[in-house]
Amino acid sequence: MGLDIRYPIGLMFSLIGILVTVYGLVTGSNKALYERSLGININFIWGIVLLIFGAWMLFMAIRAKKQG
Amino acid sequence: MQIQLQWIDYTILLLYTGFVIGIGFALARYMKSSSDFLTSGRSIPTWVTGLAFISANLGALELVGMAASGAKYGIATSHFYWVGAIPAMVFLAVFMMPFYYGSKARSVPEYLKMRFDERVRALNSIAFAVMTLFASGISMNALAKLMNQLLGWDYNLALWVCSIVVLLYVLKGGLTSAIYTEVLQFFMIVLGFAPVVYLGLKDVGGWDAMNATLQGVAVNPAALNLAEPGITYGANAWTSAWGPLLGGPTANPMGVDWFAMIFGLGFVLSFGYWCTNFLVVQRAMAAKNMTAARNTPLVAAVPKMIFPILVIVPGMIAVALTANPGKNYRIPPPVVAEAAYVHAVAVVKSAQPADPAAAVKAVGAALGKKVNGDKVTALVAAQAAAPMPDAQIKEGLYNSIAEYDYDGVILSLVKKYCPPGLLGLALTALLASFMSGMAGNVTAFNTVFTYDLYQAYFAKDKSDAHYMTMGRVITVVGILLSIGCAYFASMYNNAMDIIQLVFGFVNAPLFATFLLGMFWKRTTGTGAFLGLFGGIGTSAMFHALTIASGNAPGVKGGYLGVAHSFPSEMAQNFWLAAFAFIACFVLTAGISLATARTKTDDELKGLVYSLTPKIKDTDQAWYQRPAVIGSVLLVCCVILNILFW
Repeated sequence: MGLDIRYPIGLMFSLIGILVTVYGLVTGSNKALYERSLGININFIWGIVLLIFGAWMLFMAIRAKKQG
Repeated sequence: MQIQLQWIDYTILLLYTGFVIGIGFALARYMKSSSDFLTSGRSIPTWVTGLAFISANLGALELVGMAASGAKYGIATSHFYWVGAIPAMVFLAVFMMPFYYGSKARSVPEYLKMRFDERVRALNSIAFAVMTLFASGISMNALAKLMNQLLGWDYNLALWVCSIVVLLYVLKGGLTSAIYTEVLQFFMIVLGFAPVVYLGLKDVGGWDAMNATLQGVAVNPAALNLAEPGITYGANAWTSAWGPLLGGPTANPMGVDWFAMIFGLGFVLSFGYWCTNFLVVQRAMAAKNMTAARNTPLVAAVPKMIFPILVIVPGMIAVALTANPGKNYRIPPPVVAEAAYVHAVAVVKSAQPADPAAAVKAVGAALGKKVNGDKVTALVAAQAAAPMPDAQIKEGLYNSIAEYDYDGVILSLVKKYCPPGLLGLALTALLASFMSGMAGNVTAFNTVFTYDLYQAYFAKDKSDAHYMTMGRVITVVGILLSIGCAYFASMYNNAMDIIQLVFGFVNAPLFATFLLGMFWKRTTGTGAFLGLFGGIGTSAMFHALTIASGNAPGVKGGYLGVAHSFPSEMAQNFWLAAFAFIACFVLTAGISLATARTKTDDELKGLVYSLTPKIKDTDQAWYQRPAVIGSVLLVCCVILNILFW
């Protein structure tokens, strides 16, 4: 019905992905912050995952639109 | 157990809220008729309705409740998926959707009216409408309580803000908006909780190490307060799905036998929920064509099959962590008032190490909970040897409580593993699960109320615009009534237990009515109506004459006498469903044979299996046909059961 839901999903996860990745990059040197995630900079890693997922959703939506 | 959120967590929360409201507003201009608003105009693609189908079921019960069950029962909780969901979803797709969708009914109660008569529709629609409101209220009460305990948010603020967000997007975009946001919420839930499961598994040393720990727990569960003293299970009680079950009710933490599991849960309760509950069936009925409608439950079955990883494994991780003192984790105890802690700290300070029994008793009384005697004795001795600050004593008391709030498992893991950023994502996922549950209930309620109650009994021949306006008004009313039910649930816990019990009585026999209605043309409206009442009466009588061991006669059953005692409440519920189904089935069939048919074969075309032309599916490749996909899903389900046998 009118709206392709992949646009808002892709856009939202891309934005959250960028936000979390950048936050992970900026805070990466803060060892204390990542003690609870077993020393892994989980924000950076998971931010990338969210970004890839969001971009893939947007790609699918754009491709579907081009194919009509 | 309060959590401090950072700016990044609030930003993620606000981004999500902005997007779900935005979707509602973006869809508003497409809402041109009552059909658009209440049934999505039957226009939605399969993958969207499929994910919405599963997301509408992904409310608080799933995330919080299944993690709790994972801790209490281990991998056997997967029976709620691989026995209690997938077969029913395949049955719905292959056999029942052709009738729901092909009959052009706008709701499940409307199908009942077409198949039987107004009496059956009225009974089902009134019960369903009231039930969805209470379900929505219970869920929102749980959310507001969680936000209050976890983030320190005001209960009223949390309840109203979340409800208004749901109201905004449902009011603007109707069912389509609810379905679209459910898809977004599905991805949010998966992506929000997956890292918690990964980190938890890594922390316990991986899957094999976790199983090894759980095998140690199973042979002496009382040591971790997971069972009453003296109870022991086989080593595989937490790590095998079927082995402990085949050993009988006393050999597994669920206290259930294999027949009750397969017939009570796997057939009666499961088919009764997935095949007749309008909340989930509505998603499939919104699909753009018959093929999409039939494929909807099949698309949903794929994530449903692998969801135990996301929702059950955290509970198992929590038990493994609790069993390992070096991990500095315990399954959270029930919430204890601050005043009780202050009192207990004073008791510890004044206790005599020479009389540990008296100290343990006094601390237990102060906290109002069962406590671990050894831990309290050690705490009192340590305090006497070198006085500790109050905060340290309080932490010692927290760790000495020998009771668990299993519903706190998933959040305690989020708190343990998530730094700011990921924390915001996980909490947003939790919020999304509550919102999708509430939106699902409200959209199902407004469709049933508008079409099956208002249009059927109060305003038959009004214009479409009138029903569209009514749908919007009922959406607002539904949200307000849900909020009222949430307050009711927060104030009258026992009353809610009774209400849920009554709903259980109403739901247990329902599938028998549908089964006979769809597959036996001789079933009459009178047979269905009286059979349903007979099933409900059987449920009530069964409950009144049975009890689960450890319960006192009353709300939990046995109030007319105890004819049989079950090892657990779960076993009692499964057997109750089985008896109600059989009673309803036999009564409906018997009364139908004794009463005259009121519908001709022509009138039942498209509503009954034997009178409906079979769908050939010849326009689809063989591997795309629902029967083939359904068969593959069932085979996968069997393989999973064997893998975790």
